[in-house]
Amino acid sequence: MDHLETTRVRGDFPLLERTVNGKRLAYLDSGATAQKPTCVIDAEQDFLTRSNAAVHRGAHTLAVEATDAFEAGRSAMAGFVGAAEEEIVWTKNATESLNVISYGFANASAGLGGSDAERFRLGPGDSIVVTQMEHHANLVPWQQLALRTGAELRWLGLTDDGHLDLTDLSEVVDASTRVVAFTHVSNVLGTVNDVPRLVERAREVGAFTVLDACQSAAHLPLDLHGLGVDFAAFSGHKMLGPTGVGVLYGRKELLDALPPVLTGGSMITTVTMEESGFLPAPQRFEAGTQPVAQIVGLAAAVEYMSEIGMDVIAAHERAIGAALLDGVASVPGVRILGPRDPAVRIGAVAFDVDGVHAHDVGQFLDAQGVAARVGHHCAQPLHRRYGITASTRASAAVYTDQDDVDQFVAALRGVRPFFGLDGGTP
Amino acid sequence: MTDLTQLYQQVILDHAKQRVGEGTLRAPSADERPAGFGSSHQVNPTCGDEITVEYGPVTGTEHPLVWDGSGCSISMASASVAGELLQEQGADGFRTAAPAFRELMHSRGKGEPDEDLLGDAAAFQGVSKFPGRIKCALLAWVAFEDAIAQAETTKE
Repeated sequence: MDHLETTRVRGDFPLLERTVNGKRLAYLDSGATAQKPTCVIDAEQDFLTRSNAAVHRGAHTLAVEATDAFEAGRSAMAGFVGAAEEEIVWTKNATESLNVISYGFANASAGLGGSDAERFRLGPGDSIVVTQMEHHANLVPWQQLALRTGAELRWLGLTDDGHLDLTDLSEVVDASTRVVAFTHVSNVLGTVNDVPRLVERAREVGAFTVLDACQSAAHLPLDLHGLGVDFAAFSGHKMLGPTGVGVLYGRKELLDALPPVLTGGSMITTVTMEESGFLPAPQRFEAGTQPVAQIVGLAAAVEYMSEIGMDVIAAHERAIGAALLDGVASVPGVRILGPRDPAVRIGAVAFDVDGVHAHDVGQFLDAQGVAARVGHHCAQPLHRRYGITASTRASAAVYTDQDDVDQFVAALRGVRPFFGLDGGTP
Repeated sequence: MTDLTQLYQQVILDHAKQRVGEGTLRAPSADERPAGFGSSHQVNPTCGDEITVEYGPVTGTEHPLVWDGSGCSISMASASVAGELLQEQGADGFRTAAPAFRELMHSRGKGEPDEDLLGDAAAFQGVSKFPGRIKCALLAWVAFEDAIAQAETTKE
């Protein structure tokens, strides 16, 4: 995107016009949650003011309109990520999606789901493989599954330059491995992982693959069928959509066999006092009232991104990422976490400021109008791997521009002097 | 003063660097703990800041307090001013000051600190304007209070 195009895009995001602490806002926390374009805000409001009704029940006009909007959202999402409609399950967020998968395995291991679900059973002697760069949402549920089933939890480590260490891939992922769960893109390091290689190895040993696509869905063209993963999870609010809605993707034949976790209304066929039958996917995982307005908003978000083009967005964010990397590298006393090559990562740059805790960095940046994320970013093992407990992260989205980068780098330059380092007097 | 310089007052930045009471933990195993010994480990799960406070009997001239921790300047300075208060006023003085400090932290910048009671902890008044940092300031105080209470209950 050229300067004019970026200016036009920024005009679609009303929040970016506000000031913070008397300064222009440089919003560099899109990795945590993205800002929303007017079309998303309007879509949600239009639905609530014109078409709101319960979906998949009722025969009145509003119920039909609401159901159409709900299913149109599913269709839009399926097209956006390269999946079939019935492979897109609505959840609350990616965390719920990952738990539905892991607890589905636990349910199967407890004998639920009959012979169809036998393929998901785990027990002693089996292994689950994750990585050291996982967000806690793609680590803790697998720890829990290991505890429930007696399976062994293993992980792939990290290299010093922020890549997955795959030298022992064929030993870590072996004949005992039933699940390989990994992130597409690290939420801290920005690293884009070698999904095809991991999928290939998992297939060799007959293990299921689970992809955390939270940090890729809004930043890179995503083709889930092309990647060949069995399951995937991502959240709406990180991809310009509302909070409260996420996606669970699964290959259709697997979703139809995986025992559901949330059971109740809307997901059943016949219910007697003794037992119940379940619908096929996706309804089998959509018990209870769904976040319909949020889904309508999320559909508007994916249409918005599709109009710009995910390849265009990825190229824009790669350029912003390169500028962020150069800018951070130019500040004395700051160490970048993750790869230095902008071509192998997204536009999210985490760093450690020597002698200043991340919380203090974030506070100082905030006073200059810069919103960045500080803390462990729900990735404590990753931070421990690099000898720190917390870091600061500046992360871009489609609306991030060079002014944001310049404002951030200028503010970052002031951090160490403010705290009495580099000859500064606090 | 700007909000930022109210938050990071010089006395706070100084305490974050020259920390009173910080040292190597004695970390006795459970069955080796002397009577009157208290130890408290507290973590702020949102940022990973942590502190361990030990309070109890010692031999020689050491002070009964030692703490070790890692975290932002607010949390470390807060531990230091708490340590100074405990060293100067003793457990009774600390117990009197702690509720006043907690009240100050929840005052949203409106509290008027009693400097005689709080000592350098009075400088944290500016922190209370930043809701996101109140937990940083209180982490150490929770650990101090817990360690002192344990020490009291295990006295012979």
